[in-house]
Amino acid sequence: MMTRGDSSWFDEAAGPLVRPYAVTGGRTRSGRTEFDMISLVVAARTETDRRTLDPEHLTILSLCRQPISVAELAAQLDLPMGVVKVLLGDLLDRGDILARAPAPVARLPELNVLQAVLDGISRL
Amino acid sequence: MASADSETTADTPRSADELPLAVKLLIAGGFGAGKTTLVGSVSEITPLNTEEVMTEASLGVDDVAGVEAKTTTTVALDFGRITINDGVVLYLFGTPGQERFWFMWDELCHGALGAVVLADTRRLESCFPSVDFFEGRGIPFVVAVNQFDGAHHYTTDEVRGALDVGDDLPVVLCDARERESGKEVLRSLVLHVMSRMGAPAAATG
Repeated sequence: MMTRGDSSWFDEAAGPLVRPYAVTGGRTRSGRTEFDMISLVVAARTETDRRTLDPEHLTILSLCRQPISVAELAAQLDLPMGVVKVLLGDLLDRGDILARAPAPVARLPELNVLQAVLDGISRL
Repeated sequence: MASADSETTADTPRSADELPLAVKLLIAGGFGAGKTTLVGSVSEITPLNTEEVMTEASLGVDDVAGVEAKTTTTVALDFGRITINDGVVLYLFGTPGQERFWFMWDELCHGALGAVVLADTRRLESCFPSVDFFEGRGIPFVVAVNQFDGAHHYTTDEVRGALDVGDDLPVVLCDARERESGKEVLRSLVLHVMSRMGAPAAATG
Protein backbone atom coordinates (compact mmCIF):
# COMPACT_ATOMS: atom_id res chain seq x y z
CA MET A 1 0.00 0.00 0.00
CA MET A 2 1.01 3.58 -0.37
CA THR A 3 3.14 4.92 2.38
CA ARG A 4 3.36 8.60 2.81
CA GLY A 5 5.27 8.81 6.03
CA ASP A 6 4.21 11.63 8.27
CA SER A 7 2.97 13.86 5.52
CA SER A 8 -0.66 13.64 4.59
CA TRP A 9 -2.29 14.80 1.43
CA PHE A 10 -4.44 17.27 3.30
CA ASP A 11 -3.37 20.06 5.55
CA GLU A 12 -4.76 23.09 7.33
CA ALA A 13 -4.98 25.04 4.10
CA ALA A 14 -7.29 22.40 2.66
CA GLY A 15 -10.00 23.55 5.00
CA PRO A 16 -12.57 21.28 6.56
CA LEU A 17 -12.48 17.80 5.07
CA VAL A 18 -16.21 17.40 5.09
CA ARG A 19 -17.62 20.20 3.02
CA PRO A 20 -21.22 21.09 3.78
CA TYR A 21 -22.47 19.51 0.60
CA ALA A 22 -20.23 16.44 0.59
CA VAL A 23 -23.14 14.37 1.89
CA THR A 24 -25.17 15.28 -1.19
CA GLY A 25 -22.37 14.57 -3.61
CA GLY A 26 -21.95 18.26 -4.25
CA ARG A 27 -25.54 18.83 -5.25
CA THR A 28 -27.02 22.04 -3.91
CA ARG A 29 -30.44 21.92 -5.51
CA SER A 30 -33.27 19.74 -4.33
CA GLY A 31 -34.61 18.44 -7.59
CA ARG A 32 -38.07 19.40 -8.70
CA THR A 33 -39.31 20.82 -5.43
CA GLU A 34 -38.27 23.95 -3.59
CA PHE A 35 -38.42 23.36 0.13
CA ASP A 36 -38.98 26.21 2.55
CA MET A 37 -37.39 26.13 5.99
CA ILE A 38 -40.87 25.51 7.42
CA SER A 39 -42.11 23.12 4.77
CA LEU A 40 -43.55 20.16 6.63
CA VAL A 41 -42.66 16.64 5.58
CA VAL A 42 -43.87 13.21 6.65
CA ALA A 43 -42.96 9.66 5.69
CA ALA A 44 -45.35 8.48 2.99
CA ARG A 45 -44.93 4.76 3.44
CA THR A 46 -43.53 2.35 5.94
CA GLU A 47 -41.38 0.31 3.58
CA THR A 48 -38.83 1.44 1.02
CA ASP A 49 -35.78 0.08 -0.72
CA ARG A 50 -33.20 1.04 1.87
CA ARG A 51 -30.24 -0.24 -0.14
CA THR A 52 -30.36 2.69 -2.48
CA LEU A 53 -30.46 5.28 0.29
CA ASP A 54 -27.67 6.93 2.26
CA PRO A 55 -27.61 6.79 6.06
CA GLU A 56 -28.73 10.42 6.19
CA HIS A 57 -31.81 9.57 4.11
CA LEU A 58 -32.69 6.77 6.48
CA THR A 59 -32.25 9.01 9.50
CA ILE A 60 -34.59 11.55 7.93
CA LEU A 61 -37.18 8.85 7.28
CA SER A 62 -37.00 7.75 10.90
CA LEU A 63 -37.42 11.35 12.08
CA CYS A 64 -40.42 12.15 9.93
CA ARG A 65 -42.85 9.45 10.93
CA GLN A 66 -44.83 12.42 12.23
CA PRO A 67 -44.94 15.75 10.38
CA ILE A 68 -41.78 17.77 10.98
CA SER A 69 -40.35 20.93 9.46
CA VAL A 70 -37.18 21.22 7.40
CA ALA A 71 -35.67 23.44 10.10
CA GLU A 72 -36.35 20.89 12.84
CA LEU A 73 -34.86 18.09 10.75
CA ALA A 74 -31.76 20.18 10.12
CA ALA A 75 -31.40 20.91 13.82
CA GLN A 76 -31.77 17.26 14.78
CA LEU A 77 -29.44 16.02 12.04
CA ASP A 78 -26.96 18.83 12.74
CA LEU A 79 -26.77 19.51 9.03
CA PRO A 80 -27.27 22.82 7.24
CA MET A 81 -30.80 23.35 5.97
CA GLY A 82 -29.63 23.51 2.36
CA VAL A 83 -28.19 20.01 2.66
CA VAL A 84 -31.35 18.66 4.24
CA LYS A 85 -33.42 20.15 1.41
CA VAL A 86 -31.38 18.24 -1.17
CA LEU A 87 -31.80 14.97 0.73
CA LEU A 88 -35.53 15.62 1.09
CA GLY A 89 -35.74 16.18 -2.66
CA ASP A 90 -34.31 12.71 -3.19
CA LEU A 91 -36.89 11.18 -0.87
CA LEU A 92 -39.75 13.14 -2.40
CA ASP A 93 -38.78 12.06 -5.91
CA ARG A 94 -38.83 8.43 -4.75
CA GLY A 95 -42.24 8.84 -3.16
CA ASP A 96 -40.86 8.16 0.30
CA ILE A 97 -42.17 11.38 1.80
CA LEU A 98 -44.96 13.90 1.38
CA ALA A 99 -44.24 17.61 1.70
CA ARG A 100 -46.49 20.58 2.30
CA ALA A 101 -45.23 24.08 1.58
CA PRO A 102 -46.04 26.77 4.15
CA ALA A 103 -49.01 29.07 3.70
CA PRO A 104 -48.18 30.84 0.44
CA VAL A 105 -47.32 34.49 0.80
CA ALA A 106 -49.60 35.56 -2.05
CA ARG A 107 -52.69 34.33 -0.23
CA LEU A 108 -51.40 35.37 3.16
CA PRO A 109 -52.61 35.96 5.63
CA GLU A 110 -55.79 34.03 5.70
CA LEU A 111 -58.05 35.29 8.41
CA ASN A 112 -59.12 31.94 9.76
CA VAL A 113 -55.47 30.95 10.10
CA LEU A 114 -54.68 34.20 11.91
CA GLN A 115 -57.64 33.76 14.23
CA ALA A 116 -56.50 30.21 14.97
CA VAL A 117 -52.99 31.47 15.72
CA LEU A 118 -54.39 34.16 18.02
CA ASP A 119 -56.52 31.63 19.86
CA GLY A 120 -53.65 29.18 20.07
CA ILE A 121 -51.30 31.73 21.60
CA SER A 122 -53.96 32.75 24.09
CA ARG A 123 -54.33 29.13 25.20
CA LEU A 124 -50.62 28.68 25.94
CA MET B 1 -47.65 17.42 17.74
CA ALA B 2 -47.72 15.21 20.74
CA SER B 3 -45.37 12.37 21.45
CA ALA B 4 -45.10 10.14 18.43
CA ASP B 5 -43.36 7.22 20.01
CA SER B 6 -46.19 4.74 19.96
CA GLU B 7 -45.52 1.57 18.06
CA THR B 8 -48.51 1.97 15.86
CA THR B 9 -47.52 4.84 13.66
CA ALA B 10 -50.45 7.03 12.85
CA ASP B 11 -52.10 6.29 9.57
CA THR B 12 -49.70 7.22 6.82
CA PRO B 13 -51.06 10.36 5.12
CA ARG B 14 -52.22 9.79 1.59
CA SER B 15 -51.73 13.34 0.44
CA ALA B 16 -49.73 16.38 1.42
CA ASP B 17 -52.97 18.23 2.13
CA GLU B 18 -53.34 16.10 5.25
CA LEU B 19 -50.22 17.70 6.71
CA PRO B 20 -50.63 20.71 8.99
CA LEU B 21 -50.11 24.16 7.55
CA ALA B 22 -46.95 25.86 8.81
CA VAL B 23 -46.85 29.58 9.53
CA LYS B 24 -44.03 31.71 10.82
CA LEU B 25 -43.38 34.77 12.94
CA LEU B 26 -40.00 36.47 13.17
CA ILE B 27 -38.35 37.79 16.31
CA ALA B 28 -35.87 40.49 15.38
CA GLY B 29 -33.78 43.02 17.25
CA GLY B 30 -30.22 43.88 18.05
CA PHE B 31 -27.65 41.57 19.58
CA GLY B 32 -28.52 40.74 23.16
CA ALA B 33 -32.04 42.18 23.00
CA GLY B 34 -33.53 38.88 24.19
CA LYS B 35 -34.69 37.26 20.94
CA THR B 36 -33.85 33.70 21.92
CA THR B 37 -35.21 34.33 25.42
CA LEU B 38 -38.57 35.39 23.98
CA VAL B 39 -38.67 32.39 21.64
CA GLY B 40 -37.90 30.09 24.56
CA SER B 41 -40.50 31.58 26.88
CA VAL B 42 -43.41 30.78 24.55
CA SER B 43 -42.12 27.78 22.55
CA GLU B 44 -43.41 24.31 23.38
CA ILE B 45 -39.96 22.92 22.61
CA THR B 46 -36.57 24.01 23.83
CA PRO B 47 -35.42 26.41 21.12
CA LEU B 48 -33.58 24.55 18.41
CA ASN B 49 -30.56 25.81 16.60
CA THR B 50 -29.92 25.18 12.96
CA GLU B 51 -27.69 26.70 10.41
CA GLU B 52 -27.83 27.65 6.82
CA VAL B 53 -24.69 27.60 4.75
CA MET B 54 -24.71 30.20 2.05
CA THR B 55 -22.48 29.45 -0.91
CA GLU B 56 -22.19 30.65 -4.46
CA ALA B 57 -25.18 28.38 -4.98
CA SER B 58 -27.21 31.09 -3.34
CA LEU B 59 -26.03 33.42 -6.03
CA GLY B 60 -27.11 31.20 -8.89
CA VAL B 61 -24.30 28.69 -9.33
CA ASP B 62 -25.88 25.28 -9.82
CA ASP B 63 -23.25 22.94 -8.56
CA VAL B 64 -20.46 23.58 -6.10
CA ALA B 65 -18.68 20.27 -6.66
CA GLY B 66 -15.10 20.87 -7.61
CA VAL B 67 -15.19 24.55 -6.89
CA GLU B 68 -11.83 25.13 -5.28
CA ALA B 69 -12.07 28.52 -3.65
CA LYS B 70 -15.71 28.60 -2.70
CA THR B 71 -16.64 30.97 0.05
CA THR B 72 -19.18 29.81 2.56
CA THR B 73 -20.97 31.76 5.24
CA THR B 74 -22.74 30.00 8.04
CA VAL B 75 -25.74 31.65 9.61
CA ALA B 76 -27.09 30.23 12.84
CA LEU B 77 -30.82 30.43 13.51
CA ASP B 78 -32.72 29.81 16.72
CA PHE B 79 -36.31 28.80 16.47
CA GLY B 80 -39.20 27.45 18.48
CA ARG B 81 -42.57 25.90 17.78
CA ILE B 82 -46.16 26.29 18.96
CA THR B 83 -48.72 23.73 17.84
CA ILE B 84 -51.84 25.82 17.23
CA ASN B 85 -54.21 22.96 16.45
CA ASP B 86 -54.32 19.82 14.32
CA GLY B 87 -54.12 21.90 11.18
CA VAL B 88 -51.73 24.76 11.98
CA VAL B 89 -48.19 24.86 13.40
CA LEU B 90 -46.58 28.18 14.30
CA TYR B 91 -42.80 28.59 14.11
CA LEU B 92 -40.94 31.43 15.75
CA PHE B 93 -37.60 32.33 14.22
CA GLY B 94 -35.07 34.60 15.82
CA THR B 95 -33.31 36.61 13.13
CA PRO B 96 -29.54 36.67 13.01
CA GLY B 97 -28.58 39.98 14.52
CA GLN B 98 -25.65 40.91 12.38
CA GLU B 99 -26.41 43.14 9.48
CA ARG B 100 -24.11 41.23 7.18
CA PHE B 101 -26.76 38.53 7.21
CA TRP B 102 -29.43 40.59 5.49
CA PHE B 103 -29.60 38.03 2.68
CA MET B 104 -30.77 35.52 5.27
CA TRP B 105 -33.53 37.90 6.33
CA ASP B 106 -35.00 37.72 2.86
CA GLU B 107 -35.44 33.97 3.13
CA LEU B 108 -36.72 34.30 6.68
CA CYS B 109 -39.28 36.89 5.64
CA HIS B 110 -40.62 34.70 2.88
CA GLY B 111 -44.05 33.66 4.06
CA ALA B 112 -43.73 35.29 7.48
CA LEU B 113 -47.00 36.55 8.96
CA GLY B 114 -45.20 39.36 10.71
CA ALA B 115 -42.37 40.26 13.03
CA VAL B 116 -41.63 41.35 16.56
CA VAL B 117 -38.81 43.88 16.87
CA LEU B 118 -37.36 43.53 20.35
CA ALA B 119 -35.96 46.80 21.63
CA ASP B 120 -33.36 47.00 24.37
CA THR B 121 -33.70 50.39 26.07
CA ARG B 122 -30.03 50.30 27.00
CA ARG B 123 -29.25 50.31 23.28
CA LEU B 124 -32.40 51.48 21.61
CA GLU B 125 -30.58 52.32 18.39
CA SER B 126 -29.66 48.66 17.91
CA CYS B 127 -33.20 47.91 16.75
CA PHE B 128 -33.34 50.71 14.17
CA PRO B 129 -32.07 48.51 11.30
CA SER B 130 -34.79 45.94 11.99
CA VAL B 131 -37.49 48.63 12.01
CA ASP B 132 -36.16 50.04 8.75
CA PHE B 133 -36.03 46.59 7.20
CA PHE B 134 -39.63 45.62 7.96
CA GLU B 135 -40.95 49.08 7.10
CA GLY B 136 -39.17 48.89 3.76
CA ARG B 137 -40.60 45.44 2.99
CA GLY B 138 -44.10 46.25 4.12
CA ILE B 139 -44.00 43.40 6.62
CA PRO B 140 -46.28 44.00 9.60
CA PHE B 141 -44.40 44.30 12.86
CA VAL B 142 -44.75 45.46 16.44
CA VAL B 143 -42.04 46.83 18.72
CA ALA B 144 -41.67 45.07 22.05
CA VAL B 145 -39.57 46.89 24.62
CA ASN B 146 -37.76 44.35 26.75
CA GLN B 147 -37.59 45.77 30.26
CA PHE B 148 -34.19 44.78 31.49
CA ASP B 149 -33.50 44.93 35.19
CA GLY B 150 -31.70 48.12 36.06
CA ALA B 151 -32.26 49.77 32.69
CA HIS B 152 -34.13 53.03 32.42
CA HIS B 153 -37.81 52.39 31.85
CA TYR B 154 -39.29 54.42 29.05
CA THR B 155 -42.93 54.94 28.25
CA THR B 156 -44.22 53.52 25.00
CA ASP B 157 -44.67 57.09 23.71
CA GLU B 158 -41.02 57.85 24.42
CA VAL B 159 -39.98 54.73 22.54
CA ARG B 160 -42.31 55.58 19.67
CA GLY B 161 -40.78 59.03 19.48
CA ALA B 162 -37.23 57.71 19.56
CA LEU B 163 -38.02 55.27 16.76
CA ASP B 164 -39.91 57.94 14.83
CA VAL B 165 -42.87 55.67 14.17
CA GLY B 166 -46.54 56.58 14.07
CA ASP B 167 -49.34 55.86 16.48
CA ASP B 168 -50.56 53.04 14.28
CA LEU B 169 -47.51 50.95 15.15
CA PRO B 170 -48.06 48.97 18.33
CA VAL B 171 -45.35 49.41 20.94
CA VAL B 172 -45.63 47.12 23.94
CA LEU B 173 -43.56 46.72 27.07
CA CYS B 174 -42.52 43.20 27.95
CA ASP B 175 -40.32 40.93 29.96
CA ALA B 176 -39.03 38.41 27.45
CA ARG B 177 -38.37 35.88 30.20
CA GLU B 178 -42.03 35.66 31.17
CA ARG B 179 -44.32 33.43 29.19
CA GLU B 180 -47.44 35.54 29.81
CA SER B 181 -45.57 38.62 28.70
CA GLY B 182 -44.27 36.86 25.61
CA LYS B 183 -47.80 35.71 24.79
CA GLU B 184 -49.04 39.31 24.99
CA VAL B 185 -46.32 40.39 22.56
CA LEU B 186 -47.31 37.70 20.05
CA ARG B 187 -51.01 38.48 20.51
CA SER B 188 -50.41 42.14 19.82
CA LEU B 189 -48.55 41.22 16.65
CA VAL B 190 -51.28 38.90 15.35
CA LEU B 191 -53.95 41.49 16.20
CA HIS B 192 -51.91 44.10 14.35
CA VAL B 193 -51.65 41.85 11.30
CA MET B 194 -55.40 41.30 11.41
CA SER B 195 -56.18 44.99 11.81
CA ARG B 196 -54.01 45.78 8.81
CA MET B 197 -56.33 43.52 6.88
CA GLY B 198 -59.26 45.51 8.16
CA ALA B 199 -60.62 42.59 10.09
CA PRO B 200 -61.58 42.80 13.73
CA ALA B 201 -60.51 39.81 15.77
CA ALA B 202 -63.19 37.74 17.38
CA ALA B 203 -63.04 37.82 21.15
CA THR B 204 -60.82 35.11 22.52
CA GLY B 205 -60.93 33.56 25.91
